[in-house]
Amino acid sequence: MVVFEKPKSLTDAEFHYCPGCTHGIIHRLVAEALDATGTEGIAIGVAPVGCAVMAYNYFSCDMVEAAHGRAPAVATGIKRSLPDHVVFTYQGDGDLASIGMAETVHAAARNENITVIFVNNAIYGMTGGQMAPTSLPGQVTQTSPYGRDVKTAGYPIKMCEILSQLDGPEYIARVAVNNVKNVRNAKKVIQKAFENQIAGKGFSLVEVVSSCPTNWGMTPVKALEWVENEMIPYYPLGVYKDRSEKEGV
Amino acid sequence: MADKVLMKGNEAIAEAAIRAGCRHYFGYPITPQTEIAAYMAKRMPKIGGTFLQAESEIAAINMVYGAASAGKRAMTSSSSPGISLKGEGISYMAGSDLPALIVNVERGGPGLGGIQPSQSDYYQATKGGGHGDYHLIVLTPASVQEMADLTALAFDLSDQYRVPAMLLADGTIGQMMEPVVLPEESASKVEKPWALTGTQMARPHNIVNSLYLVPEELERTNLERFERYAEIEAKEARYESFMMDDAEVCVVAFGIAARVSKNAVVAARAEGIKAGLIRPITVWPFPKKAIADAAPRVKGFVSVELSMGQMIDDVRLACGCAKPAALCSRVGGMIPSPDEVLAAIKNMNGGNA
Repeated sequence: MVVFEKPKSLTDAEFHYCPGCTHGIIHRLVAEALDATGTEGIAIGVAPVGCAVMAYNYFSCDMVEAAHGRAPAVATGIKRSLPDHVVFTYQGDGDLASIGMAETVHAAARNENITVIFVNNAIYGMTGGQMAPTSLPGQVTQTSPYGRDVKTAGYPIKMCEILSQLDGPEYIARVAVNNVKNVRNAKKVIQKAFENQIAGKGFSLVEVVSSCPTNWGMTPVKALEWVENEMIPYYPLGVYKDRSEKEGV
Repeated sequence: MADKVLMKGNEAIAEAAIRAGCRHYFGYPITPQTEIAAYMAKRMPKIGGTFLQAESEIAAINMVYGAASAGKRAMTSSSSPGISLKGEGISYMAGSDLPALIVNVERGGPGLGGIQPSQSDYYQATKGGGHGDYHLIVLTPASVQEMADLTALAFDLSDQYRVPAMLLADGTIGQMMEPVVLPEESASKVEKPWALTGTQMARPHNIVNSLYLVPEELERTNLERFERYAEIEAKEARYESFMMDDAEVCVVAFGIAARVSKNAVVAARAEGIKAGLIRPITVWPFPKKAIADAAPRVKGFVSVELSMGQMIDDVRLACGCAKPAALCSRVGGMIPSPDEVLAAIKNMNGGNA
């Protein structure tokens, strides 16, 4: 009896991610949600620019690679063309919360019927560890070598808090994948974000607080501790907006 | 036989696009192309299509990128400053071999410039515009009729070669009203097996992408694309030849500049000067052969442009600088008068007429 297998919605390609990076877990959770909803054959994924740029090689559904930050606009074009398909984006913090802020906010405001997976690891990973819009105050990065000084570099952007203020979106939630309990919860929340789309409810975004041992300069274990002790207190987990719950649907 | 209707140039583009099977329009307001968006906003909801006013030109072109990757006929329209913003998305579409239509109803620049007609985006349209080695198929209408006809043609050529197409118009043709016979209903004539339509668990996944981290692979995609460009250059250059049979002075002009030039050529003939006109209908591919063929027979070329002289480079290249080329231009929203063009023709003729 097989008790554990690879989700059908992942290809056999080997991930290029660094040891200890949580992208692998998040990819798996997304693939499990596609499997669970039986939508692999009608799913179209939009890969970002950033560490997950080659996500198109890992998901076995049809995939497109978007310009930096533009994934929600690309997903909009696809969803409007193929409304019966399941369309999702997979984006990092630089992509979604910095260069793609306008595309993110407006897709949410339109309640575009897509699913957005937002991986927040508080750093630009692919380019080698620069300060991200979500880097914490005091966080040392290549472009904040003395720690993020909020006087000159401003404060981190809390996307769930911002987006949940909009009338548009259906579902805004923040999860983490730093321990088993959180992974299990993330799996449920991500699946719900896909079920919402299938039910035609609209824009669902799941922010996943993630780790980057390589660019944080930590061991994988230390990085997960940093998620627990530094990231989660700044980015509290939970459901920030759920329209169907509010309306008792 | 279809009836003639009186339409604005911009509206003719919109209606022709719908008749060509385009059901997905994404735009952002900018003068002087707003009639296209307004027309689409009215029509698309009635025919099950998409009109979406995006948050920016950048978002609009990326929505086109999405719809085109799903295999749909999709378009956006803008004017010069907005086209600069679309440059990123256009480069990605070129790199991903996606067909689509981009309309540029040009206005004067650089910067915010003005809102009056211009042709000063010629370099941007014909030499790439965004980053990387690429071309667009660029069509230049000179009448409201051509706004409609070339819109339909642009979709066909774009699908056929998997190269984004641009309709390079100017504010005059966009705003002008003329009778037009609208094209018949049509649709894409080619299969799009590369499109993202969902695997339906029946085929390997399709990937639309412009990233190639292995240099040999990226080189190969560029070489393959340029083979297609060579085929386009060989087969798809279009132009109108006017009074060129015995011409000794060849005027080269497109769009509104060509209409002014035609009057000037007729006026020159009335004064006994053998003038003619080559009017490029495609500026990429540029009708090089027409220019090269004319070169041995003419004293020189007069390039009439609403720019500081951009197309004139292609005229000189096409004839290998075998004959002199002079520029007759107005910029900033000004249009050369027939008299100004006539004076340039006389000057090239040597003032001996």
